[in-house]
Amino acid sequence: MRFNLLPIIRKEFIHIRRDPRSLAIVILLPIMQLLLFGFAIDMDVKNVPIGVLDYDRTPASRDLVRRFTGSDYFIQAAALQRRDQVEDLFKARQAKAVIVIPPDYAASLQRDPSTAVQILVDGSDSNTGAIILNAAQRLLTEASLERAGITDPPLQVAPAIWYNPEQESSHFIVPGLVAVLMMMICALLTSITITREKETGTLEQILTAPVHPSQLIIGKVLPYVGIAMVDAALVILVGIFGFGVPFVGSAALLAFFLLLYVVTSLSLGILISTVARTQQVSMMLAAMLTLLPSVILSGFVFPLASMPDVLQAVSRIIPARYFLVIIRGIMLKGNGFAVLWPQALFLVLLSVVLLAVSVKRFKTRLA
Amino acid sequence: MDGPLVQVSGLKKSYGSIPALRGADLEVRAGERYGLIGPDGAGKTTLLRILCGLVVSDGGEVRVLGHDPVTETHKIKDGIGYMPQRFSLYPDLTVAENLRFFADLYRVPAAQRESRTARLLEFSRLGPFRDRRAGALSGGMKQKLALSCTLVHTPQLLILDEPTTGVDPVSRGEFWDILDELKAEEGVTQLVTTPYMDEASRCDRVQLMYQGSSLAEGSPAEVAASFPGRLVRVYTADPYAAAGSLKRTGKFQSVQLFGDRIHVVVEPAQAAVPGVMAIVAQIRQILEQAAIPFTDLHEARPDLEDIFVQRIGEITND
Repeated sequence: MRFNLLPIIRKEFIHIRRDPRSLAIVILLPIMQLLLFGFAIDMDVKNVPIGVLDYDRTPASRDLVRRFTGSDYFIQAAALQRRDQVEDLFKARQAKAVIVIPPDYAASLQRDPSTAVQILVDGSDSNTGAIILNAAQRLLTEASLERAGITDPPLQVAPAIWYNPEQESSHFIVPGLVAVLMMMICALLTSITITREKETGTLEQILTAPVHPSQLIIGKVLPYVGIAMVDAALVILVGIFGFGVPFVGSAALLAFFLLLYVVTSLSLGILISTVARTQQVSMMLAAMLTLLPSVILSGFVFPLASMPDVLQAVSRIIPARYFLVIIRGIMLKGNGFAVLWPQALFLVLLSVVLLAVSVKRFKTRLA
Repeated sequence: MDGPLVQVSGLKKSYGSIPALRGADLEVRAGERYGLIGPDGAGKTTLLRILCGLVVSDGGEVRVLGHDPVTETHKIKDGIGYMPQRFSLYPDLTVAENLRFFADLYRVPAAQRESRTARLLEFSRLGPFRDRRAGALSGGMKQKLALSCTLVHTPQLLILDEPTTGVDPVSRGEFWDILDELKAEEGVTQLVTTPYMDEASRCDRVQLMYQGSSLAEGSPAEVAASFPGRLVRVYTADPYAAAGSLKRTGKFQSVQLFGDRIHVVVEPAQAAVPGVMAIVAQIRQILEQAAIPFTDLHEARPDLEDIFVQRIGEITND
């Protein structure tokens, strides 16, 4: 049996060409999702609404409030009169923090070396809460130093944040989204190809022809590699020009790694396709097996290092984990092959395993 | 190859607790057209799928083109052309693209492909529709295209599973004319299943199948001649009433309704003693007494359908 992929590839291309609507969806869906998620997932904390409970009402207390509301972090949402109003404010979600200035604030400043100002934080969103607290502490430290007449404190932090100096979360999130979205779309692309032939009965005809399962499986993956690469390029361009994500590294290198990643993702889809009986099941499996694991277990949002060992182990078979390191490394840090080759190795390994299992699982007989 | 192209003996297959084949036997000789005749559920499709290596049997001997279709599937693929019962071509590919795909899959050389495709399009009269998508063809044309696709690699053995079921009568006739042409011009061996008795009569040899077993085998004429007894056909405007009154006499072996006519079967012994003419007169008398009008009444030669009904009757009476 000679290994001829060409007829299968040619046929798949005709299927794709005859169905331009599906092709358009496949191309546009990740771009739409990137725009949607990219704008929605913003982890930067800016313009946090706060309440002010100023018992002192002196020029000094008003000066402190202006420090908060004059910064980029906070805007004043309410001025409170009594302590019991705080809870209502939090419950109504009109403010995420409240500054409480004690009645003797101005007087105390004159008298004592240390004066307390209370910050109440809505901890139901712990992430935002921590950032608010952080910002508030920084503002108060600045104020203290000024009061103490220290313009040049003896110990200073000299921060320099590399690769993302503005700490723009989009620089971090958009490359991650590229990994998640490409994983999903690729798996969806191939997940229905064999199941469709099962459903329409064309598989019965193909199985009596001299075709080896590996021929069918590889012949079905290859045409989609091209589509997926074009799709990924478009998504990355939207990331660069739509979200201002920098691209420091080599585009050719990213293309090479992308190729590996796309093949891994398409292979997962084809495995689903050999196992599932209907196209509906295929699509559900493809969505389930790609979206959540790629978001949660890849290091996209939650750092892998802080996960339990079991989850860390599971994350090793999530392709997005490896590609995330690659795309962030190349786009933001300008990493080269010397650093990223282990990731490539894992992607190749995953692809080989997925394809081998697909060939093995492919049933050459009818049920 | 020498010897039969298909040899099957004692073939068994069950799906769960439901038996599809209970020890089927089959021998298809080179150059003949063999028909497997039977209603739905007779096991015809299962048998064909086993021959193609698509289904693994539970027991029995199978040889296709001298090979075991399960362990040596790859050795028989080039030699057989299988047309499944369900339309199994790509609806979004055109007639020409479907042919091209299967030609490529079977690695038909380019030069040969052109002449073969041209010939098949001529056979099937699909030439004018070569650029039409398969999904947009009529039922009859779809079947002709499917046949063409199974022939594109010039197989020795053609296996057709109910190729004309659901096709209009005119297209059915055309399809069988193509099979005749193929047999005459290319000598390709044909194994066909059909539920239609008129198609069965166009086979060289037939096997009547029912519930996974064989009821009878031989040429259509031989099988028909094996009918035990004599047959009288009654054409009447009120077949229900006629059949009822004939049955009530209890004098006949069986009385069967066939649309607008009734078949009355008379046992050989009974037919021998008073003679068939006497029995015809007896039937005439019974119907006249019951005041049931009839248009015609005569002894007829049993056909395959009569054999079928008779054999099934034997089984169910046992």
